[in-house]
Amino acid sequence: MNKVLSAFVFNLLVWLAVTWTFDPVSLAIGAVLAAAIAFALRNVELEEVPLLLMPHRLLWALLYIPVLFLYVVRANLDVAWRVLHPALPIRPGIVKARTTLKSPGARVLLANSITLTPGTLSVDVVDDTFYVHRIHVPEDDPDGDMERSMGRFESYLRRIFE
Amino acid sequence: MIDFGNPVHLIAFVVMAIGLFFDIVGCLGLVRLPDVYNRLQAGTKCVTLGTFLILLGVLIRFGFDAMGVKALLCLWFIAMTSPTAAHAIARAAHKAGFPLWKGSVVDRYAGSKEDPKGVAS
Amino acid sequence: MSPLDYLLLGLFVAAVLCLWRVVSGPTPADRTVGVDILGVLMVGFCAVLTVKTGKDLYMIVGLAWSLLAFVGALALAKHLEGKRYHD
Repeated sequence: MNKVLSAFVFNLLVWLAVTWTFDPVSLAIGAVLAAAIAFALRNVELEEVPLLLMPHRLLWALLYIPVLFLYVVRANLDVAWRVLHPALPIRPGIVKARTTLKSPGARVLLANSITLTPGTLSVDVVDDTFYVHRIHVPEDDPDGDMERSMGRFESYLRRIFE
Repeated sequence: MIDFGNPVHLIAFVVMAIGLFFDIVGCLGLVRLPDVYNRLQAGTKCVTLGTFLILLGVLIRFGFDAMGVKALLCLWFIAMTSPTAAHAIARAAHKAGFPLWKGSVVDRYAGSKEDPKGVAS
Repeated sequence: MSPLDYLLLGLFVAAVLCLWRVVSGPTPADRTVGVDILGVLMVGFCAVLTVKTGKDLYMIVGLAWSLLAFVGALALAKHLEGKRYHD
């Protein structure tokens, strides 16, 4: 019951953001739709959402956004340099790296972060092993290098999810 | 509806122009790079950041009103879904056996038990 | 031409590059990548049109487009998985 109610409130907030009006007719339609969706999704389990609402985790999540954004901009400048360079200095390959994160939500976020940052694209996740395509594989110890660059995100994600 | 006398509009336009630069670089990479995975790299990274910055420009231009809030929602959604879609395509392509570029140095995924019919070379 | 028209022109160039990959891509996977990227580019188009016209209609179109592009990309990826390279 509690879950259906919070889903209803969330749906209504999204509806308000999209329509951006307090017109009673629009509000009534939104309320009916929000209730219908909340009822239809009553059996879907979302274990990680209540966890995310704790204040200190929310704070770390908010801090994570600018950190990630800086890495994304750096990654993009790197890729732009490689694309615009006439000789196309790439050295692609797929490497394998292990993560120490346990929770599924943290792993999903880590895979998405990997895809958006320096020359890396997650191809598959099997249990705790990430297969990552890199646009420029370093000469020595390719797997260890990947694990080190994943470590930067892991310390934040662990504080958010675990 | 943009007025360069207004500093807010000017900042919004500069942010959107930077976004456009990344969009064009991403599409150039899509054309220039040699194989599916490299194209996906350039395409996803640069075009996601480019569109992200263009939507950020809309948010700066309008502030929090009917259009700005929609831009914010759209921005969050693009940032979450675009890497997921790229991941799905890369995985499907590798499972279907599309080969890496011949200059690739290492492929640890090929031959692993999750990818039986992959390009084990 | 207003400054925003130049932005639209630039996005048009990017979209043509992307379409070239869709048309000429040597493998089905390349075409799929092109379609996925084109969907994200179109959201940028809608955003620039929102600023140009000042109507929130375009932003609604962009929001719906980003949702549908994601679902479409997932469906195409699923379809791709069933294919073999030598088909």
